Amino acid sequence: MRKSTLFCAAAAAAISSGWAMADPDDDELVINGEIEIVTEAPAPEHVENLDTIYSGWRFRTDETQALEMDDFDNPAMVLVDKAVDAYGMPDGTEAKSCASCHDDVETFTGLAATLPKVGEDGKLHTIEDLINTCRTERMGAEPWKWSGEPMQTMAALIVSQSRGLPVNVSFDGPARSFWEQGKEMYYTRYGQLELSCANCHEDSFGLMIRADHLSQGQTNDFPVYRLKQAKLISKHNRFKGCIRDTRAETFAEGSDEFRALELYVATRGNGLSIEGPGVRQ
Amino acid sequence: MELTRRQTLALGVATGMTLVLPLPALAAVEEVGGIDDFTGGATPSDSGVTVTAPEIAENGNTVPIAVDAPGAVEIRVYATGNPLPGIATFRFGPLAGSQSASTRVRLSGTQDVVAIAKMADGSFAQASKTVKVTIGGCGG
Amino acid sequence: MAEGVKPRVKVPKTASAGETVTIKTLISHPMESGQRKDKEGNVIPRSIINRFVVDFNGENVIDVVLAPAISTNPYFEFDAKVPESGEFTFTWHDDDGDVYTENKAIEVS
Repeated sequence: MRKSTLFCAAAAAAISSGWAMADPDDDELVINGEIEIVTEAPAPEHVENLDTIYSGWRFRTDETQALEMDDFDNPAMVLVDKAVDAYGMPDGTEAKSCASCHDDVETFTGLAATLPKVGEDGKLHTIEDLINTCRTERMGAEPWKWSGEPMQTMAALIVSQSRGLPVNVSFDGPARSFWEQGKEMYYTRYGQLELSCANCHEDSFGLMIRADHLSQGQTNDFPVYRLKQAKLISKHNRFKGCIRDTRAETFAEGSDEFRALELYVATRGNGLSIEGPGVRQ
Repeated sequence: MELTRRQTLALGVATGMTLVLPLPALAAVEEVGGIDDFTGGATPSDSGVTVTAPEIAENGNTVPIAVDAPGAVEIRVYATGNPLPGIATFRFGPLAGSQSASTRVRLSGTQDVVAIAKMADGSFAQASKTVKVTIGGCGG
Repeated sequence: MAEGVKPRVKVPKTASAGETVTIKTLISHPMESGQRKDKEGNVIPRSIINRFVVDFNGENVIDVVLAPAISTNPYFEFDAKVPESGEFTFTWHDDDGDVYTENKAIEVS
């Protein structure tokens, strides 16, 4: 009797103090007063356990949200300016720049909304893979480190060309087996804490994990400027952080496992808008 | 003043360093300094300056703050709980459109952000705002 | 010079005489606080932008002293009076002695 009364009191206290943060908010995201971002959409059919998908932006405080609403306020965009310079800068033995083959960066509009995808070689390619293939095969330059600043700023520049376009990542045909592998990982409990991606981001989104307001773990905002690190963060870096927090050995950035997980997670966001480079806590 | 052995050692090291290192050109860099250095111990008025900051900061690394003190010549901002409390000194020139400014600051934990304005007549005004800094669940 | 420092400023292109305009500035800079330690436990030396000055046609708008508590990629927003057509000069002073400058013209109609 005494036990259950205590339990009820504790539950009531938890609800009354935590309720304000228990759901995504109702704010609308328009960047620069012109790019309308879909931050809420019906869950795609293959996401069986959710009715609605939400951008992580909807789970952040007003102050963090504001940083993404104007390109001048978004600290990632000063880094994108650096990538604009790098885009035209010849590198490697062929003395070619990105612009030598691709002309204006606007030619990349739409690409990021479809990544990752399977190439002619039958492998799954992320934006980092595409950039490094150009660097090593066409430019004769050294590949960039997966989560380093040159790579993630260039990725942010290319992704930003697709802002406002709906995520539409395919998982049919040759992509299917990678997708199945990623889905398997998403529901696998890792680490001493035995947590799967789904435990936090599907079963518990909207709740607090210690002081963090859990989102659905969508990736439509990547590369993302994380205030904690004050730099652009790759998807694989964030996967690594999550798995490490379960007290597990993590996979490596750029590993085939993380490529597969990236594909599966991306398809869970089909219907949201690309908003990268986003800003998160 | 009594020095512990450790302090004496530290002093020795510090003195040694100044002897060895050439004085860098940046010796003239101005610091924000302490509150008393600014007010000279005067008691500030509690009106005339406002400080705006979030109730809760999701990350202490980048907290937006704004200060506003119509008619001020200078505003200094302090994070009283930081290892170095001074954050910034704003001096307004003849072409300032208002005596206000916004920036983003680092707060080492939950604490008060204090703004002290020096008015044209030499008086001071003070305002403060408590910011709760959450230490997140999902680091790194 | 700290590597790859890049300033950005946002100033309206036109104003009417005597109008107050809002200016935003951002500069990419790590703002190493001097409070952090590396993996070996050694203090990483302070390396920050310590001063930011804005003038218009040689007259001062705002003069800021920055401490290590200013976040990475320092951001400022403030207001300026524009008495006539001319040029804003933005100057950032680095601890290492480097100075970064950006100019923006504004037309008074």
